[in-house]
Amino acid sequence: MGWQWFHRLGSPRWFYEKTDAWIPWLAVVSFALLAVGAIWGLAFAPADMKQGNSYRIIYIHVPAAFLSLAGYYIMAISGAIGLIWKMKLADMVMKCAAPIGAVFTFISLVTGAIWGKPTWGTWWVWDARITSMLVLLFLYLGVIALQQAYQHQDTANKASAILALVGTVNIPIIYKSVDWWYTLHQPATIKFTSESTIHPSMLYPLLTMVIGFYCFYALVLLISTRTEVLEREKKTRWVNELAAAKAAGGKV
Amino acid sequence: MTRGEIPMGSAGGVTDNVPSIGAGFMATLRRDLLIAVRHRGELANPLMFFLMVITMVPLGISPEAAVLSALAPGMIWVVALLATLLSLDSLFRSDFEDGALEQLLMSPQPLYFQVLAKVFVHWLITGVPLTLMAPVLGVMLSLPSAGYWPLILSLLIGTATLSLIGAIGAALTVALRKGGLLLSLIIMPLYVPVLIFGASGVRSAIEGFPYLGTMAVLGAFLALAIVLAPLAAAGALRISING
Repeated sequence: MGWQWFHRLGSPRWFYEKTDAWIPWLAVVSFALLAVGAIWGLAFAPADMKQGNSYRIIYIHVPAAFLSLAGYYIMAISGAIGLIWKMKLADMVMKCAAPIGAVFTFISLVTGAIWGKPTWGTWWVWDARITSMLVLLFLYLGVIALQQAYQHQDTANKASAILALVGTVNIPIIYKSVDWWYTLHQPATIKFTSESTIHPSMLYPLLTMVIGFYCFYALVLLISTRTEVLEREKKTRWVNELAAAKAAGGKV
Repeated sequence: MTRGEIPMGSAGGVTDNVPSIGAGFMATLRRDLLIAVRHRGELANPLMFFLMVITMVPLGISPEAAVLSALAPGMIWVVALLATLLSLDSLFRSDFEDGALEQLLMSPQPLYFQVLAKVFVHWLITGVPLTLMAPVLGVMLSLPSAGYWPLILSLLIGTATLSLIGAIGAALTVALRKGGLLLSLIIMPLYVPVLIFGASGVRSAIEGFPYLGTMAVLGAFLALAIVLAPLAAAGALRISING
């Protein structure tokens, strides 16, 4: 009892049929949150005393940075599940999570550079957190490159899962890097353990954006994984029946 | 290994003919060292690479001693890292091609210790020579005199970690025909902490600060890598061979 859902996840078909109903809800919720957070943050939140309006890029920068780290963990954990329980679906999630995470890392690097120009006067500084973000991007790219190098899909999954797990050794170092080589970058502003140094009027839109980004990430990962499921299961009967039903214009 | 050398302390008593873990480790160690000695020409390749790239530095930047001495610790570390990286592709490659790797996987010996033995040999034939050569290159790049012992110590510990981490990449790419560049791409991000602490230890020694702390961190990386890297490499080898 209680673990049945976990075993059911072993079936890509069950996953595909179950998540069919989630997609519209997730899409509505994530776009609503993103719209509310963006309008609130960009139009109604007060301007920063020192940075003026340029600080408003944090409403993109911070959620993207959150997700680039969380996305790596999601990728590595699903890779581990795929290795340990030989679950096909986990392998597919890992494969799909890699490019999505890489894009979020890239977004956070680019928005960081755009933010750095007006505040620090330069596009790029070799600061600890920026550098570790860049290394995180390299880790993602390595996983993607290894995934694509293998002809055989199963080997590719296992190999990149091992690489992702090895890479997680670097993630604590990325977090710790702020303490290790504290340089230009300001220390982390959102603290859950103590009073955060950001004003609530700026914090609430930011939190809305963070939750919106998480929902959006889940949505993209779901859509991508569902496509992967169809791609890999294209020779099975249920996919063919699904395609036939679609072609006939019937409701799936 | 001859029959007379089979030791007594084998596990469980069921498999009496299986050599102990130590004997298996030593057998692989001896075999790999023998292969390395028989291909003496290849041993010099990473060293020549090291020397040649270091020669490019004054040619490309400036021959002035003040500039070079500022660059020396980081430059020597980066090039030693690249030399290690280039030599890693051959770690399992020839064993994979002639089938010896499959025998290794089928043998009753734990793969962890077999991988550890192979990596140890790799360190002996690349990391140690690179470390011994580094002071000479330090002279060429006018490294300040306070930096020599920290450089040797950090490279000695650091290259062992580099070999261990690199073994994971070598194991993951051994079945790929063009694995060389990919190996560098997937392993280089993992080398970042070692490089940071190795080079900064040398630099802080030159500036007159204590450097043993950074050496201790390098030692901690090595301890972690000895425990975890052969496990990951063994798992990767099984995947590469069995598909």
